[in-house]
Amino acid sequence: MNLFDKLFGSASNKSGKVAKERLQFVLVQDRIKLPPATLAQMRDEIITVISKYVDIDHDGIDISVTNVARQSRLVANIPILRSKHSV
Amino acid sequence: MSGIVITVTSGKGGVGKTTATANLSMALALAKKRVVAIDADIGLRNLDVVMGLENRIVYDLVDVVDGICRLKQAMIRDKRIEGLYLIPAAQTRDKTAVTPEDMIAVCGELRPEFDYILIDSPAGIEQGFKNAVAPADKVIIVTTPEVSAVRDADRIIGLIEAEAKGPPSLIINRLRPDMVKRGDMLAIDDVLDIRGIELIGVVPDDESIIISTNRGIPVALENNSLAGQAFKNVSQRLMGQTVPFLDLDAPKSLLERFSRFWHRG
Repeated sequence: MNLFDKLFGSASNKSGKVAKERLQFVLVQDRIKLPPATLAQMRDEIITVISKYVDIDHDGIDISVTNVARQSRLVANIPILRSKHSV
Repeated sequence: MSGIVITVTSGKGGVGKTTATANLSMALALAKKRVVAIDADIGLRNLDVVMGLENRIVYDLVDVVDGICRLKQAMIRDKRIEGLYLIPAAQTRDKTAVTPEDMIAVCGELRPEFDYILIDSPAGIEQGFKNAVAPADKVIIVTTPEVSAVRDADRIIGLIEAEAKGPPSLIINRLRPDMVKRGDMLAIDDVLDIRGIELIGVVPDDESIIISTNRGIPVALENNSLAGQAFKNVSQRLMGQTVPFLDLDAPKSLLERFSRFWHRG
């Protein structure tokens, strides 16, 4: 589940789906106490840094915040297409 | 006998804590358990009205804590059901009139006499909530399928976990299966996206709740109410029984079942 896509991506206009996205949005904010703009900026910076070294599949990026045993955890799943610098 | 203290709370107001407390108390008493319901919402008491016992109040919880009366004198016996009692909140005082230690002491005195002690918590996360949760062996969080209510439930779960009370259980109240079906309401699974919590009940939105609350007769006393049945199912789960109606692994079929009930009229 790509939380960031859910947060910032296009949404269907069904209100239940909108509610689900808004719920996940506020829960992330409440739990890690970062405002949404900062979250989006963090995501962009993570992608920028990784893109410096490897080509990545932008469609397959999955960065989410999960809670495991009262600990917030940032999980990034970023598919690599190829390395930019062959050794 | 050593009673189990169950606190019903929510964070957000108006989601059905008092209705849930009244109906679970009633349902447990219908199952031949000895039950006392305590209204911990000092200054805004309502459990008495929902249970239909408002005309019989002489003493209240604050009178007990202040030593004005004995605990037994503040216990109102529900004449409709064997073994059900209410300890009302004070209406003229505020949350600071009672401390968490007072609640632990009161419950300690009640435990030998009862199977279940249900505490109706006030909304919020302040003193009243702390009072209500302090003596709890188990916490039930009530939410509705709305962003604001689920968000508050998530906050409460965090606070309960910090208290080392064991994992709280969740009641999703006022679900409208028809609205979920057409995509205009958070579904059970969407609500359960919030961290580790056990679903103990799903109560459909039901006019009979309003009608029964108007009359002061908890819906669990009526046989043909779907919401009443849902509360009875929760009470059975509290007693350790497995109730297939609330199959957590098959929320779709649960919805379908609700839906079938729904259209049956």
